[in-house]
Amino acid sequence: MTRTRAGLVMFALALAAYAFVAAGARAGLLVLVGLGFGLVLEGLRFGFAGPWRMIVTDCDGRGLIAQFLAIGLTAAAAFPLLAAAPDELFGAHAPVGLAMIAGAFVFGATMQLVMGCGSGTLVNAGSGNLVGLVALVGFIGGSFLGTLHLEWWTGLGTMPVITLQGLWGAGAGLWVTLALLAALGAVVALRAAPGKRMPPRRLWIAAALIAVLALANLVIAGQPWGIVYGLGLWGAKLADAGGADLAATAFWSAPANAERLGASILTDVTSLTNIGLLAGAFIAMRWKADPGAQTARLTAASWLAVLVAALIMGYSARLAFGCNVGAFFSGISTGSLHGWVWMVAAFGGSYLGIRLRPVLLRRAGPTGTGVPA
Amino acid sequence: MTVPVPARPSRPVVALLAIGLLLAILALDTLRSPAVDLFDAPPPIAFGSGVAPGGAHCSGG
Repeated sequence: MTRTRAGLVMFALALAAYAFVAAGARAGLLVLVGLGFGLVLEGLRFGFAGPWRMIVTDCDGRGLIAQFLAIGLTAAAAFPLLAAAPDELFGAHAPVGLAMIAGAFVFGATMQLVMGCGSGTLVNAGSGNLVGLVALVGFIGGSFLGTLHLEWWTGLGTMPVITLQGLWGAGAGLWVTLALLAALGAVVALRAAPGKRMPPRRLWIAAALIAVLALANLVIAGQPWGIVYGLGLWGAKLADAGGADLAATAFWSAPANAERLGASILTDVTSLTNIGLLAGAFIAMRWKADPGAQTARLTAASWLAVLVAALIMGYSARLAFGCNVGAFFSGISTGSLHGWVWMVAAFGGSYLGIRLRPVLLRRAGPTGTGVPA
Repeated sequence: MTVPVPARPSRPVVALLAIGLLLAILALDTLRSPAVDLFDAPPPIAFGSGVAPGGAHCSGG
């Protein structure tokens, strides 16, 4: 076990050192931040999709309250930082629009079908969950396909970018954010069953660490924690290698995106943290004496459902200007109105996904007939 | 009739496949993308650098 753990430490250091040597100090630091995310999310079992399901199915609000705590802690430092360095740091600010709302709703539904959100898919794949690996492939494909049609979708109707600090200033915007998070926490606590309200110590620690890592991401990269852009870029790289003419598309011909497509993945900040996150989840899983059981056996139709749902999840995350990380966590913690709208729409979709899950995901039984997974 | 259910790969095996997928993407990108000019690399930390972040984010269109 000691040798395994020593090997895992070496693996983490080698990964960060490779990024440092190949792409500079910022790249190395962001891989370390991503490793931290992976270790915390997998090691302390802090998730996003699971708690959204647990509050509905089990009246368990502990994970959701921990999410609000992490977002609030991040916002408390992110708002002043963004105000202090408006030319160096950007928030996760995006417009509210019809496609964005629909995308968030669909994302919420599909994340319950693939048993993981944006970060959850990376964590699940990295920690050896077979559903997570299949979902990761679909998510990469979907988030790339979403870039091809984004212009058309946003053309259906999009408001200007609205931020809370833009409406009321950084100080008041932060207080409104914290008050809304506290109010939501109170609603969740009221909805939750006795004994399922107060997060356990593990989640308090995880929430604090996630906030520290998210702030490190903001300070180092100059932009908040994100997932989807990196995965879409990976899909674009694969399509480009396959001969696709991406220069003809509106998204990939835009200067910032064309620059990312033409440069190494190691220059893309969301790719760097995604790489670290997946590797961190792998390390956290292998660190344990017992890596845990594999997910339930599923029928062939259910595997197909997982792949299609992940494809749609990636596509919808692109339309929604982010997933639970880029839109919900980073959007709200940096004052973007679209983060709040995303949360409401995605929660509605999540409720639908919970209902669809036993219908579409069936365990492969000995008779081959399938029972709800 | 009983249908045999195929054995599932263990978590460490699936995790290694995920790491393999990641390394394959990195290798392909390394072969196809120009090497990063380290003299043109951004400052280690954006905050306080006086330089606007050049990366793209999920919230960008």
